[in-house]
Amino acid sequence: MSAQRHFAEAVLAAEPLCPPGLMAWNGSDPARRFAVYRNNVMVSLIDALADSYPVTQDLVGEEFFRAMARLFVRTHPPRSPVLALYGAGLAEFIEGFAPAAVLPYLADVARLEMLRVQAWHAADAAPLGLADFAALLENAPALAATGFDLHPSLAVLRSAHAVVSLWAAHQAQDGTPDLTAVDPALPESALVLRIGIDVEIRRIPCATAQFILHLQQGLAFGAAAQFALDTEPAFDLPAVLGMLICGGAIINLCQPRREPA
Amino acid sequence: MTIPANCRPSQGDAPAFPVTTLPARGGVGLKPEHFREILDTAPDVGFFEVHAENYMVDGGPFHHYLGRIRQRHPISIHGVGLSIGGEEPLDAAHLDRLAALLARYQPESFSEHLAWSSHGGVYLNDLLPAPYHVGTLARVCAHIDHVQERLQRRMLLENPATYVEFAASTMAETDFIGEVVRRTGCGLLLDVNNVHVASVNHNRDPRAYIRALPLKAVGQIHLAGFARDIDAAGDPLLIDSHDAPVAQVVWDLYAFALDLLGPLPTLIERDGDIPVFPVLLAEAQRADRIMRQQLAATAPAEACA
Ligand SMILES: [Fe+2]
Repeated sequence: MSAQRHFAEAVLAAEPLCPPGLMAWNGSDPARRFAVYRNNVMVSLIDALADSYPVTQDLVGEEFFRAMARLFVRTHPPRSPVLALYGAGLAEFIEGFAPAAVLPYLADVARLEMLRVQAWHAADAAPLGLADFAALLENAPALAATGFDLHPSLAVLRSAHAVVSLWAAHQAQDGTPDLTAVDPALPESALVLRIGIDVEIRRIPCATAQFILHLQQGLAFGAAAQFALDTEPAFDLPAVLGMLICGGAIINLCQPRREPA
Repeated sequence: MTIPANCRPSQGDAPAFPVTTLPARGGVGLKPEHFREILDTAPDVGFFEVHAENYMVDGGPFHHYLGRIRQRHPISIHGVGLSIGGEEPLDAAHLDRLAALLARYQPESFSEHLAWSSHGGVYLNDLLPAPYHVGTLARVCAHIDHVQERLQRRMLLENPATYVEFAASTMAETDFIGEVVRRTGCGLLLDVNNVHVASVNHNRDPRAYIRALPLKAVGQIHLAGFARDIDAAGDPLLIDSHDAPVAQVVWDLYAFALDLLGPLPTLIERDGDIPVFPVLLAEAQRADRIMRQQLAATAPAEACA
């Protein structure tokens, strides 16, 4: 086994190991010195997760979060020196992490936070404006037949829990979340979208979530709208289209890439 | 060794193709916390330095701000993830990302570390040490050749802060660095805080260490703060934490280095416990003052020479 493999394994090991071949000028036990590397690596990666998942950390408390993150880092160390999106697997990890089972919504809150980080760093793209739609909005058949390329930052999360309300309650400026009005067991859907350089998270109705997901998957506008209306007769198509256009969510018109199932 | 002809350093005492075109002034590490203030106030600072890996994202605010700040200020791109001291070949995808970033921002300087951070596909997010022997020397030189060829420019290599030494080492760190510089033509980023930290940790004389380096190759200086710990024998063990102001002992060592080197672009590195921007700016201005004093003290002597 190579020297660096020994070193790397000892850095991430659960118990304080020290690789062979290390020394100190004063003959002291190198394990104590080696522990600086173990600590640097672990603390910096746990900090990276805490930066990406502030609400997840709030929900379980710092001590619990850091202990959980430590286990995550050991089992899912970074595979790339680019750490901006490190920890994308945390939600899945939480789902299998027994001590977190008492908070069934925790994994989806983590999912939402990672979508937010991904939106933050997603590619830039110039959106179409209202004027670009003027002709299309007066030609119903053409509108129904077109597909939309959505902004690279856009994501939709459908959850069995009140993820957006839980997340929003933790955005209080004074740092004390008001959870009295939140029923975590109510299903919610989230729209994540970067507008300019700010990422917005908003709660959207289930049918709207499904509609946007269909557009993202390449369905034609008309087919996506029909699905939404079949699910929810009160689906407000003009309002949703207005929200997408005004939010800069649509960057191109395109041929539909998928037929309705 | 094959270095692109336009990057090959000249032989003898002729000045080498510049490894950096940063101004010989104090610079500050660019932190997202300070993006807006820097754009709003256009501070008079020598340059800004960014960690390459933080900007290897597709778009969004990091590129938004760096693009605007770069239009007004010289910048230095400092890699932390190439793993030049690694046993394995360099990560070609990472090198491609780096080439794209340098092409986009055209920095006045590019530097990386004499350290490793990746092994077996895992990235450890720290600057890990390697033994100094012919095997490591051959690998480090091959990696730097690879980097300089891929990027079509000379790079600066930073001396490390370390906490352990290796029984397998057969060379002094300064001799190792000297040989790397000689063989690859790379420049040297002298991190004065790293010199202090490593000198305390390994009971070396920091001034003798600096004198033993290939000083002609130094193109940039780093200054930073450290934290204190102790080793198993109770002797001091300093941690290169970058979370505190530059210590007086490091400012003193900086002045000593400037006496040997003359003024050089000098970065205030700060990665933790980030203060408001004016605090960092004041440290960069302190570096400017020390450089001016040092110039004033040596100018008459040079005039007579
Ligand atoms: Fe440094």
